[in-house]
Amino acid sequence: MSESSPKKAPSRRQFLTGAAAAGAGAVAAGAARAAGPDPLITDVQDWARATGEGVDATPYGLPIEFESDVVRRNVEWLTADTISSINFTPIHALDGTITPQGCAFERHHSGAIELRKDDYRLMINGLVDTPLVFTYGDLERFPRENRVYFCECAANTGMEWAGAQLNGAQFTHGMIHNMEYSGVPLRSLLQEAGVKPEGKWVYVEGADASSNGRSIPLEKAMDDVMVAFKANGEALRKEHGYPVRLVVPGWEGNMWVKWLRRVEVMEGPVESREETSKYTDTLANGTSRKWTWVMDAKSVVTSPSPQAPIRHGPGPLVITGLAWSGRGAITGVDVSVDGGITWMPARLAAPGTDKALTRFYLDHNWDGSEMLLQSRAKDSTGYVQPTKAQLREVRGENSIYHNNCVQTWWVKENGEAENVEVS
Amino acid sequence: MSKFLNLLAGIALVSTCAAAPAMAEKLGLGRAALPEEIAAWDLDVSPDGTGLPAGSGSVEDGEMLFAEHCAICHGDFAEGVDNWPKLAGGKGTLADKDPLKTVGSYWPYLSTAWDYVNRSMPFGNAQTLSADDTYAIVAYILYSNDLVEDDFVLSDENFLDVEMPNAGGFIVDDREATEAHFWTSEPCMEDCKDTVEITMRAAVLDVTPEEIGTEAGQDQNGHSAAASHGEARVEEAKAVEASAALDAELVSAGEKVFKKCKACHQVGDGAKNKTGPTLNGIVGASAGQVDGFKYSKVMQAAASDGLVWSEDELAAFLAKPKDYMNGTKMSFAGLKKDEDVHAVIAYLMSFQQ
Repeated sequence: MSESSPKKAPSRRQFLTGAAAAGAGAVAAGAARAAGPDPLITDVQDWARATGEGVDATPYGLPIEFESDVVRRNVEWLTADTISSINFTPIHALDGTITPQGCAFERHHSGAIELRKDDYRLMINGLVDTPLVFTYGDLERFPRENRVYFCECAANTGMEWAGAQLNGAQFTHGMIHNMEYSGVPLRSLLQEAGVKPEGKWVYVEGADASSNGRSIPLEKAMDDVMVAFKANGEALRKEHGYPVRLVVPGWEGNMWVKWLRRVEVMEGPVESREETSKYTDTLANGTSRKWTWVMDAKSVVTSPSPQAPIRHGPGPLVITGLAWSGRGAITGVDVSVDGGITWMPARLAAPGTDKALTRFYLDHNWDGSEMLLQSRAKDSTGYVQPTKAQLREVRGENSIYHNNCVQTWWVKENGEAENVEVS
Repeated sequence: MSKFLNLLAGIALVSTCAAAPAMAEKLGLGRAALPEEIAAWDLDVSPDGTGLPAGSGSVEDGEMLFAEHCAICHGDFAEGVDNWPKLAGGKGTLADKDPLKTVGSYWPYLSTAWDYVNRSMPFGNAQTLSADDTYAIVAYILYSNDLVEDDFVLSDENFLDVEMPNAGGFIVDDREATEAHFWTSEPCMEDCKDTVEITMRAAVLDVTPEEIGTEAGQDQNGHSAAASHGEARVEEAKAVEASAALDAELVSAGEKVFKKCKACHQVGDGAKNKTGPTLNGIVGASAGQVDGFKYSKVMQAAASDGLVWSEDELAAFLAKPKDYMNGTKMSFAGLKKDEDVHAVIAYLMSFQQ
């Protein structure tokens, strides 16, 4: 599969459309005795003779060109304009749990703005003893924390309510990322201003033209909400709210206000556009749930999946995926290869941690036959990820948000996979 | 709330212990916010009307303002254009298969509409409407939903009298009660069902975006990814070459000004018509000629009269679009500064073909 091999390796698309048999055959043969000496070994290759790039060739590096397909993708028909839209993390091609910032999904309401640290101001006002203004430099002087949390858009998997629709884990489950944040507890800033006893909520608002704002109960604001300025060790990216964003662990991504400029302590919620007309879940009878902030336990097999087909024959196969819960830590993930008739406990790469992604593996001996591949997460509150039928029974098909159903990939004999629904 | 109280109790304990980090102790960071600063940013309006400024606006004025500022995305009758939000209609559809959620059919509070128009609209030109304009636009949205008569005037005084049809249509998150059966702890592991059948396939719908270049270097059309990247680079190089005669500083200043135009216009490689037409090669081009864009009647008339977008004509248009061409679809107030006009024209000239 190397770039420099004399014959072009089959593309993923060719693989999907029929040239698969030959490809799979060739690779399968690799398990037996090689047909002849491999020129990649017997010939001296260019990279083993000549020198490579010096240091400083790329002062800030991007992934090597061979990984150019591992990028965020947009589904154009979803929204009117990319300025107010969303794209998807390529979870099918990533491993581990930390999402690199450069390919972590973006959601903007009026575009990603450029706000310099010097121009940054954060106001705390409302029901406080002293309304305050902080500069970026002020924030850096508060005692700091590091925490890993997932951020999932409430609409992740939202296109799948009425049926199997998008063919790829990136598109069905890619409105999620998981980063290590450095910042200060919102509690510290609120205490600095002094919250009055009648204060029960905070309203948090961004500096961009959408003024995206959400109401958060004071109890949560004083608990684990962070005002973050670094992610994965470096400054936040523009598209994730540089220089400062809010981190609201376990709760829907829309509340993680980017370019955070104001926190107002209030008696009641503002009932802003984003917490009434959007991010409310309409049930079958036409009434709608509001304040559905917590993201329930959920998991997905990221490989094999439609964008990550099996490229080898029968034998050892690594089935892997991600699991998470906004209510606590993942305690276990089960995997089924027969559409949910029997389940096998998967191996967690590391013990689950609170409101963060957990990587799971099932080291499987594939017999080369079709699979209906599913995963099912359990969390520390005893919650078990439901099937789509179970969810529809309670919520109908018009919820848009909070679809945390068990996902099924139909893996065919040639290794190709498709998003399906099963009985 | 018990957790919250425990937390406070914990903090109280900690602060009595000198060796522990003094979490509740103030650090003296930041400065007091001035009343003018709070007034400038604290604009949110609550359901009980808190935050509403004094003012009023009529349906009649709202119709004009809506046509000028909003209709390009939301349609003349708030019915929505393309994928942009529909603001009217949908009454009684919330229990249907595809509910139509509009201000009239879904939004529980009128304050939300006022607050959103005031702070976040018009798209690409936010916070430019006066309080009276906002009252008028909201009045027109109510009218377009058949919630008020055509002689209605909305003000801070009668604001809470308006009844929103779906005000009672919301319940607070009840998942822990209605979905209690999902907390099963020990799920089934074997013989969980008798048979399994595929009931629906994503491939049947075929709405997934195409694959892009893979590490094998080929995309679905057989073009190598490297080559298409190369082409993009060549195009970029050409653009740079063409603009060599332009003042680079002015072009770069123009790029910043163009941010105001970006909500509706695209320019450069791969530009597509959006709310406004693509602008590649616009300087010196005949007006109203971009393929596939539906121009206003006045623009079509100007085009057939032979209007050419010379730098001077473009400058006059951009300074005050509505004065230059009464009836244009371009809902943009205009660039106040001459230097911005010149800079943005220089920027557009860097995309001549």
